[in-house]
Amino acid sequence: MRKEAAAPQLAGTGNEVSEKLSGASLELRERIRPYLYVAPAMLFFGLFFFFPIVYVIYLSFFDWSLLNLEEMEWVGFANFTALFMEEDFQQVLGNTLVYTVATVGLGICLSFLLALWLNRKAKVYGIVQAAVFSPHIVSLVSVAMLWMWLMDPQYGLLNALLEWVGLPGYTWLSDTKSAMISLILVSIWKGVGYNTLVFIAGMQSIPRDIYEAAELDYSSWWRTLTRITIPMLSPTMFFLLVINTVSSFQVFDTIYIMTQGGPVNSTNMLVFYIYEQGMDFYNGGAASAASVILLVMVGLLTLLQFRLMEKKVHYR
Amino acid sequence: MMQAGRIAWKTVEWVLLAAVGLVFLFPFLWMFLTAFKTMPEVYQFPPTWWPESWQFENFRIAWNSGPFPTYVMNSIFVAGGILILQFLIAVPAAYAFARYRFAGRGWLFGLTLIALMIPGQVIFLPVYVEMSHWGLVNTLWSLILPFGASAFGIFLLRQSFMQVPDEVIEAARLDDASEWKIMWTIMVPMAKPVLVTFGLFSFIYHWNDYFWPLIMTNSDSVRTLPIGISMLKAAEGGKQWNVIMAGNMILVLPILVVFFFAQRHIISAFVYQSK
Repeated sequence: MRKEAAAPQLAGTGNEVSEKLSGASLELRERIRPYLYVAPAMLFFGLFFFFPIVYVIYLSFFDWSLLNLEEMEWVGFANFTALFMEEDFQQVLGNTLVYTVATVGLGICLSFLLALWLNRKAKVYGIVQAAVFSPHIVSLVSVAMLWMWLMDPQYGLLNALLEWVGLPGYTWLSDTKSAMISLILVSIWKGVGYNTLVFIAGMQSIPRDIYEAAELDYSSWWRTLTRITIPMLSPTMFFLLVINTVSSFQVFDTIYIMTQGGPVNSTNMLVFYIYEQGMDFYNGGAASAASVILLVMVGLLTLLQFRLMEKKVHYR
Repeated sequence: MMQAGRIAWKTVEWVLLAAVGLVFLFPFLWMFLTAFKTMPEVYQFPPTWWPESWQFENFRIAWNSGPFPTYVMNSIFVAGGILILQFLIAVPAAYAFARYRFAGRGWLFGLTLIALMIPGQVIFLPVYVEMSHWGLVNTLWSLILPFGASAFGIFLLRQSFMQVPDEVIEAARLDDASEWKIMWTIMVPMAKPVLVTFGLFSFIYHWNDYFWPLIMTNSDSVRTLPIGISMLKAAEGGKQWNVIMAGNMILVLPILVVFFFAQRHIISAFVYQSK
């Protein structure tokens, strides 16, 4: 009865009531609008990012395999203890550490020097900047195969050049000692241009008047560098440190194409290990536990980065 | 004397500049030169600089060694599909983050920043398991969907939307334009430079990507170009470096050509993240 009575009233007298109503629903619509706008993004992040993070932690407590996802056996922390007991995995962690320290350390030093040198207006410097940067945008597949060819111990260009200047040929990828060095070299070659340009961007954002003031004080080149340029660049340096470390942790393509982790496990690193265990050996437990370890490593670095970003915001 | 010293120093610097340029560009030139050599010439030590005769044949061999037209189509479809999806998802999200105050905004934006920091290699395994539950492994969807929401894209667009003056939006609202319309017909065109920058970044990144297609696909019909190129290496026992390098040229040349013409855009696209 009431419903029947209410309906014509709404339709009939209209104006006041419907205006009020549409006003309320309009306000509601405006309130939920931003949530609707971010919803698709959050749905995708949830499905392909946050849920997988939780899921891989869950998976790391089971013995499972990609061959049969229905059968999973709870094993607690057994995957982790097994990993840390395993000598191969200790070597994988060690390799990842060596690779990261060398790539990041050398890469950042080298690109800082290049940036100091190339941060000039004349056109040549721009051209050399572009040249140094060019490997960064080329597929790592091509870079890896190109360097495999350059490093060919018998017919490669690098050994030809060494011979040309009277040095003995190098073993490059074929020896346990030199394979890691070769991978580090390729990674630096590919990444140094990016770092250099980030440094240059940082240098150009340092206010000019600071340098002018230093000049008025007859500050020496070295003093200007150590007292102005380097301290002013510390946020840039820290950013590069984190970004480079995270990307070194995930090295995979060059290993997969150039060495397959060898010779004798000497270039096997975390992501390649996870890939091998999970996709080749169907050892899901070890692969997911190793993923969690990588996740923790990257997560800690991210936290560190966030802390710094907060600080930067404070100073502004 | 001073003059002579300056000239000498300038000369040394020019030589050094050329040397640095060569270190980074010569390997590409070597790729190019090798791609045109014959097999006997490739296996000649010390190597010849210039090919004795230019073997365009190598490109044909590389191209015919697998279903390359399919690889190229897949690569374009995947990189293009990702770009369109990222655009459709990032624009509203960035608009909301830039222009609305709502409960939980800071928190949701924080989640976006976390997604910006953690790379896919860390969680490929659970995503693979997810995909296999949905029956999407070995489909082009498994290559596109995980990249649908780009934290970097949202971040960039938000910055650019925040710079649009309030008056522009107020004027549009007075004209009774809907929020949806304001977003797509006023904000998006004003963010064009950022969109170009982001588009270049995203397309190049996914065109080059090797890891994800390697994990997710196992048949030729859904493989992308980097996978196809990498299989040239395994093709026949002895390594035909001339054919491999010819294949590499197919992958690298489009990128280097685009880089040559859009250098400024591309550099700012890749370097932007640092700011």
